[in-house]
Amino acid sequence: MNGRLTITVDGRRIEARAGQTILEACQDAGVYVPRLCAHPKLSVYGSCRVCTCLVGGRATAACVQPVQPGMVIENDSDRVLEIRRTIIEMLFVEGNHFCMVCEKSGDCELQALAYRFGITHPRFPYMFPERPIDAGHPELLLDHDRCVLCGRCVRASAELDGKSALGFAGRGLRRRIEADGPRGLAGTDATGDDTIAEVCPVGALLRKGTAYRTPYGRRRYDHEPIGGDIDAPCGEAQEDR
Amino acid sequence: MAGKHTRPRVATCSLAGCFGCHMSLLDIDERIFELAELVEFARSPIVDKKRFDRRVDIGLIEGGCCNEENVATLREFRRHCEILVSIGDCATAGGVPALRNDIPLAECLAEAYVGGPTVHNPGGRIPDDPELPLLLDKVYPAHEVVRIDYFLPGCPPSAEALWQTLVALLEGRPLELPYELIKYD
Ligand code: SF4
Ligand code: FES
Repeated sequence: MNGRLTITVDGRRIEARAGQTILEACQDAGVYVPRLCAHPKLSVYGSCRVCTCLVGGRATAACVQPVQPGMVIENDSDRVLEIRRTIIEMLFVEGNHFCMVCEKSGDCELQALAYRFGITHPRFPYMFPERPIDAGHPELLLDHDRCVLCGRCVRASAELDGKSALGFAGRGLRRRIEADGPRGLAGTDATGDDTIAEVCPVGALLRKGTAYRTPYGRRRYDHEPIGGDIDAPCGEAQEDR
Repeated sequence: MAGKHTRPRVATCSLAGCFGCHMSLLDIDERIFELAELVEFARSPIVDKKRFDRRVDIGLIEGGCCNEENVATLREFRRHCEILVSIGDCATAGGVPALRNDIPLAECLAEAYVGGPTVHNPGGRIPDDPELPLLLDKVYPAHEVVRIDYFLPGCPPSAEALWQTLVALLEGRPLELPYELIKYD
């Protein structure tokens, strides 16, 4: 069976390779599955659930679930889009996302997901949690207000930079990214040349001295929805009532 | 929308906002003449009208609620307007004023009026005149205080986004804005 198999995505038959995740197989077939914690250069993690699909009617994270012959997947149904939309709204109220004063605005994957889903406001009350800023490092800045706990930086430090500058600490609502050692990022061996800031999907981990280089109108998501390079957007228009 | 011989009425207000959204509305440039033909402004700083004297079709809310006066104004708008639209990030999310929301109010006041590096206030008194509206513990987006019918984020929303929203509502069409007009900055 030479490692090829067939799955069905939104009623369309797609060829996949054994060992691929649903997200990878869909991407190869030109079907965008929204994602936040997944990153092509990093191991899979499966924390954000933005990639949720229905497989045989059950909610499944497409970025971790390997394809199986004959799988029937819903990726673009009203129910799936509603689950994802809800998750994105929860990410917004759980942190402090002040887009108007964030240098990552226009280039932020969380914001871009909200744009793609036509979200004008979250349906849940804002939590406005108290979160610190770690600005002590000469080249890097970690603003916990904006962190969505995707763990990309933790994996990038270990897998791409060969260090262990960052890890997770705490549980539940108190979960946070923590630098290795008591002095914050400045006390680690992380440098501005590491990949940790580059992989951060939001404005939580930034390289200092690089802000506002791209004018409005020319930023990554100003005209083109996220995932637009993979397929057509799920809904260009928004209606709100 | 409104009675036969009247133009639809539009009211606007700026609560805990900076008037930037109102400025953005003025950015529709010469279409302001068209707007003046299309609607009649009711309670609004645009025409310096401070009271509601009859029902209004559309109320545009700029800003969230940071004090009790904002709450009273917002409730008044809800009572008098058929449709309420939250305009801008302050109304939809709290915006810049909500940057204080994870700091206790007493600490904010102490920093602003007593301990801040540029403060000269030898008496150390925090303004407490009864004329001043009481501050709320936090800044609240408009929809956490009253029911809001439509939302237009942006800091500010572009003139184009405001124009298309208004025209769609005035013509009773569904509000469908293109991708490029829904922005949070
Ligand atoms: S700092 Fe950025 S990359 Fe790291 S967990 Fe938070 S959002 Fe993810
Ligand atoms: S992208 Fe799959 S769980 Fe985050």
